[in-house]
Amino acid sequence: MIDRIREEARQRFADLGFPTTHDEDWRFTSVSPISKLVAQALVPAAPVLMPAQLPGVQISRLSEANVEPYLARYASYQTNAFVALNTANFEDGLFIHIAKGAVIEEPIELIIQSSANGHPTASHPRILIVAEPNSQATIIERYAGNGSAYLTNSVTEIVAADHTVIDHYKLQTESARAFHVATTQIQLGRDTNFRSHSLSFGGALVRNDVNAVLSEGCECTLNGLYLVNGGQHIDNHTSIDHAKPHAASHELYKGILEGHSTAVFNGKILVRKDAQKTDAKQTNKNLVLSEDAVINTKPELQILADDVRCTHGATIGQLDPEGIFYLQSRGIGLADARNLLVYAFARDIVDRIKVASLREQLEKLLLEKLHGTRN
Amino acid sequence: MSLLEIKNLHANVAGREILKGIDLCIDAGEVHAIMGPNGSGKSTLAQVLSGRDLYQVTAGEVVYDGKDLLAMSPEDRAREGIFMAFQYPVEIPGVSNLYFLKAALNAIRKHQGLSDLDAMDFLAIVKERMALMEMDQSLLNRAVNTGFSGGEKKRNEIFQMAVLEPKLAILDETDSGLDIDALKIVAAGVNALRSPARAMIVVTHYQRLLNYIVPDYVHVLAEGRIVKSGGKELALELEESGYVGMEPSHDREGVISA
Repeated sequence: MIDRIREEARQRFADLGFPTTHDEDWRFTSVSPISKLVAQALVPAAPVLMPAQLPGVQISRLSEANVEPYLARYASYQTNAFVALNTANFEDGLFIHIAKGAVIEEPIELIIQSSANGHPTASHPRILIVAEPNSQATIIERYAGNGSAYLTNSVTEIVAADHTVIDHYKLQTESARAFHVATTQIQLGRDTNFRSHSLSFGGALVRNDVNAVLSEGCECTLNGLYLVNGGQHIDNHTSIDHAKPHAASHELYKGILEGHSTAVFNGKILVRKDAQKTDAKQTNKNLVLSEDAVINTKPELQILADDVRCTHGATIGQLDPEGIFYLQSRGIGLADARNLLVYAFARDIVDRIKVASLREQLEKLLLEKLHGTRN
Repeated sequence: MSLLEIKNLHANVAGREILKGIDLCIDAGEVHAIMGPNGSGKSTLAQVLSGRDLYQVTAGEVVYDGKDLLAMSPEDRAREGIFMAFQYPVEIPGVSNLYFLKAALNAIRKHQGLSDLDAMDFLAIVKERMALMEMDQSLLNRAVNTGFSGGEKKRNEIFQMAVLEPKLAILDETDSGLDIDALKIVAAGVNALRSPARAMIVVTHYQRLLNYIVPDYVHVLAEGRIVKSGGKELALELEESGYVGMEPSHDREGVISA
């Protein structure tokens, strides 16, 4: 089965090719450095490490489980070239199966470590998460790497059945020369409560697609934080498909830009004709700390139902000089005052992270990166 | 030697001269009120002393505790013991009052060669000073000034002053926007902090505050100059007659220096 899907995806990628900036979804992100790298890259062994087994969860290699009902049925290799590339080439990824009614207290931690030693590499991590009805779990995907230029092109499909509660974290700390492209495809059953946290720090060129399809009564929260400096480029595309009525989506993405970094936020919300009583809220806030940094932010709302509430807002701001002076006037040094305000900007995203160890790591990453840029 | 010595201080904002030659000496233990009509330069003087970079000093000098104050960064002024209670305290969302105060106090202690206070000792000081200002402890965990009422903000300023224990406190229109009950609490807090080692500059438009914080000296500022100085009775005189007749004399001789 997997072989047939691979072959279809391979053909589809041959037809699609890499996207160009003429494609609306890739207008601000040129992937030509990625296509050059892929042309000569080695494909290394499976980078997704097998985590420890937990009661209530079955964790196996994709090749060892019956994944036919789910695999590649949600993340579309027909329309997204990188998904097609992943589907054609993925190493033996992981299947996380959360049993019906299981409440998994401990987070399931997935570590995706890439590296390149002189010769470029391209890896295509693939993760399939299926949560059976009434289950509850927390999943953390950690992407990191080291060495010379490499590509991590991951696809995660999450299928959450009715009445599930899922917290999904993706922490991206790739090396400074890395390319990172990731699609997180989320399919939500009735009355699910799903929270995604996308935390992006590393990589030279990064593209995240988070796509969620909601059923009746869902509550879906998408949080995002990105901190870029130097010449980093990050592109966050999100898509929320309100397919059924009475669902709520709350989206908050915050970005901090320094140096001559560039960032893109594109938030799509589709409210289908049947999706009455939808409550959708989207916010993107950016803190731009240098004159050379550029942010492109765009909401994309398509509302076909008539009894809905949809709001969106985007802000781009600088540090408040009054605030900096106030802190200085109490004895706090200029650099510390700036860092404190930047940290404060990110604070509400940090506070939403319920895994204490991850929250602490994020605080550390924020402070390290802030200090790093000023030294 | 005076704690603060201001000589012929001139300052501009956006190219316009606001301070046109201020002379003022303040000794430790003294409370000086600076009064004057709107636009006379009272707040500018407070801001210049605290190091706000919106203002450019074009002439004159300020010697504080034997040091050239104008050469110091705002944070170094604070670390050397200067505290300004802001006319409009700034809201800092995302930073808790407690964290902010601890960072400030430890920065000052570090400058003095002292180690950081441990959490318990710090909390003990904070709780004691909060009681002085009749502040609710829940304010500690709220973001700095964020969503505070006008009165809470002003009380928070004096509370910070009580924790940071400055040598020179500058209260910039601390009475503005306060009802009489809040004014009494703020004034009681300020009075509790009066000490022979500490000087205060109380900038106000209205005499009312000076009923509660009784100054040793009163100076009247008009059009960027001190036009009259005297004892506390001068404030009452102003209450009677207003600022009429207080235009600056263009003869700089005869300006009284306290």
